Amino acid sequence: MSVFGEVPQAPPVAVFKLTADFREDSHPQKVNLGVGAYRTDDCQPWVLPVVKKVERLIVEDGSLNHEYLPILGLPEFRSAASKVALGDDNAAIQEGRVGAVQCLGGTGALRIGADFLRRWYNGVNNTATPVYVSAPTWENHNGVFTDAGFKEIRPYHYWDAAKRGLDLAGLLDDLEKAPEHSVFVLHACAHNPTGTDPTQEEWKTIAEIMKRRKLFAFFDSAYQGFASGDLDKDAWAIRFFVSEGFELFIAQSFSKNFGLYNERVGNLTVVAKDGESLTRTLSQMEKIVRTTWSNPPSQGARVVSRTLNSPELFAEWKGNVKTMADRVLLMRSQLRSKLEALGTPGTWDHITQQIGMFSFTGLNPKQVEYLIKEKHVYLMASGRINMCGLTTKNIDYIAQSIHEAVTKVQ
Amino acid sequence: MSVFRDVQQAAPVAVFKLTQDFNNDPFPNKVNLGVGAYKTDEGKPWVLPVVKKVEKLIVHDDRLNHEYLPILGLPEFRSSASKIALGDDSPAIREDRVGAVQCLGGTGALKMGAEFLRRFYNGNNNTKTPIYVSAPTWENHNGVFTNAGFEDVRPYKYWDAEKRGLDLAGLLSDLESCPERSIFVLHACAHNPTGTDPTQEQWKKIAEVMMRRKLFPFFDSAYQGFASGNLEKDAWALRYFVSKGFEMFCAQSFSKNFGLYNERVGNLTIVARDSDNLKRVLSQMEKIVRITWSNPPSQGARVVSLTLTSPDLFSEWKENVKTMADRVLLMRAQLRAKLEVLGTPGTWSHITDQIGMFSFTGLNPKQVEYMIKEKHVYLMASGRINMCGLTSKNINYVAESIHEAVTKENSRPQSVDKLFCDSLDRNDTGVMTSDQPVLSMILVLTGSS
Repeated sequence: MSVFGEVPQAPPVAVFKLTADFREDSHPQKVNLGVGAYRTDDCQPWVLPVVKKVERLIVEDGSLNHEYLPILGLPEFRSAASKVALGDDNAAIQEGRVGAVQCLGGTGALRIGADFLRRWYNGVNNTATPVYVSAPTWENHNGVFTDAGFKEIRPYHYWDAAKRGLDLAGLLDDLEKAPEHSVFVLHACAHNPTGTDPTQEEWKTIAEIMKRRKLFAFFDSAYQGFASGDLDKDAWAIRFFVSEGFELFIAQSFSKNFGLYNERVGNLTVVAKDGESLTRTLSQMEKIVRTTWSNPPSQGARVVSRTLNSPELFAEWKGNVKTMADRVLLMRSQLRSKLEALGTPGTWDHITQQIGMFSFTGLNPKQVEYLIKEKHVYLMASGRINMCGLTTKNIDYIAQSIHEAVTKVQ
Repeated sequence: MSVFRDVQQAAPVAVFKLTQDFNNDPFPNKVNLGVGAYKTDEGKPWVLPVVKKVEKLIVHDDRLNHEYLPILGLPEFRSSASKIALGDDSPAIREDRVGAVQCLGGTGALKMGAEFLRRFYNGNNNTKTPIYVSAPTWENHNGVFTNAGFEDVRPYKYWDAEKRGLDLAGLLSDLESCPERSIFVLHACAHNPTGTDPTQEQWKKIAEVMMRRKLFPFFDSAYQGFASGNLEKDAWALRYFVSKGFEMFCAQSFSKNFGLYNERVGNLTIVARDSDNLKRVLSQMEKIVRITWSNPPSQGARVVSLTLTSPDLFSEWKENVKTMADRVLLMRAQLRAKLEVLGTPGTWSHITDQIGMFSFTGLNPKQVEYMIKEKHVYLMASGRINMCGLTSKNINYVAESIHEAVTKENSRPQSVDKLFCDSLDRNDTGVMTSDQPVLSMILVLTGSS
């Protein structure tokens, strides 16, 4: 009777289902180590002080209105965001061959980039171009590229479970074997979910092969500044690739490093060989944006833009970012030492070697289930934990729980 | 050398190109009657006082943070937005068969609806289901549905250029002859670009045919409250269809009626047969949202939600909306009066008969070109003007300019075919739905001069 009678029920997105289950759980010591959002040591969300300050400036600024932004977004946001990624003095920017599209968070940037590549890269509407994503990767990468029309999403070797580190040999092998012109989605830093990044030397090797084999680099940069506490350090790989002459895309998210998750602040930085190619590319990006969201939302972009473009606010922001990054580093080192003190079987140095918000604990699905059901500690089925969910108040309970899971469940 | 070497330069979106040209024009008396945004009598953008007030409330509310919204959006926004469209006491809402997805403006709502329908309506991934859009329609309708994967976007008769009104017979005929289960994009009120809406009796006829032939109504509601100044009046057609038992979508925009253009506040309201069907539909909407923008932006939705759910703020908002609608009505009345006083050839009652932000003046492409190039009055190639661009200070100049354009550019055009092709080039959309009436207008004007 209903025109929707045949519509199947879709399973919920895992990470949000986890949070929903967590919310319904009444256990007093429950802990949510699922979704990737920063928490203070009181386990509360944190609106960055600089953000609060800038929001007030914006609301009091009588020169601002709500007229449509340009299709590609707020110009001062786009340029400031690209500068944060590539560096103020970046040669490619000076050469006029860097452009950007303000997008809806990192997801929106990936989406517009994917939509563009499917239409215009490696031929026209070449849906057969393989898109490689790391094994494992953020669960939404696959969906975004698939929905943009790509028929071949393939994994590239990345995580070595046995040694709990980067499977460099496997990765390089995949690069050598991939069809020329394949698209590779690279995590700029703080790999999600493993927290394991290539070293600078490893990046150089990766870049060499990618250049030789004409592979397209599509960086996902969601944690700049958040990973090490240092913006430039976290952008090293991206800048290296640009300095090597690559044409590439960078999907930047300001969700984490500005704590502006729900204002959807993202930027697709486009590096082309010359200004003319860039112009044509941006003109096609406009067409894609127009039929998706028409033009982007203003609030978050204004906050970020004002902050990045003011020396004082910029300094204050960097301080806020360092606060977050330092707390994560502290939790990493404390969790590791507690597990070692407990004598939990296995090695736990990966917890401090890994970087960024997440840790790939190495816990298997049964151990994960134990943690959730018996200990009310919520984490992803992959064993990924959000370090931000740890606090000085719950870290003992968590270490204890992990210890139990590992010793009781095989 | 560049991997982008084969990327073609895309034509700019016409309406934004127009504004750009306007901005670059140094002429002191220039007027922008292009893009559909409200302007005050000073020709300035207007941040609604209630919006300013609520933004301050939000920034000072320390209970608020920036954590991700749910994928489908802010719950209190979704429900209050759907209530605005369907009415507080809507039986469908009480029967728990109305749901919503917070989207990025009206465009985002159309996009989500289109993506869902292409995947799940009339079979699975049936890209052949025809999508009917009015001739003419908002230029982006075609692109949104095409990019969602639909292969067959067609025009339905709408604008009768000769009588400058609704071509009801043509519309009904298209409804009778189209394939069953076709999707029809209907403008809830204040049709863009013609400003011409069906009457209640005409809507009833449309609904009767659509019900009988199993056609799917997809309403585009971008001007509720803005059209007549009255929220209920502007939602009459929508509510009528719901009362008739249709399952349908409504893409709501709060860009105009809240003046929140750049915060991208939209809502896709879904009316299903029952809550079970609704639930499954929403679960699939989540999947589509997730791979497009993941979850929606908070700011604009918070402003709208707080306003709609507070009796005082809601009243204040309605006043602000009425202020805008009234100024537009005044400009309509004055423009018509001035053209009649000037004795400008043609009839101009359509300016006050039409409703909402836009007027389909009936000016042909050559006359439009004259307006832009000689008089620095910027309007769309279709002859559409944004009434909000008129002010008490520029209305005389605009009326005189129209008078000149009509009297000077009324000579027989080179060839009808060339004009038609020229007007095709001005649009960057695929299906040429919006230029058939231009062609008709050319024929009418050449015939009558």
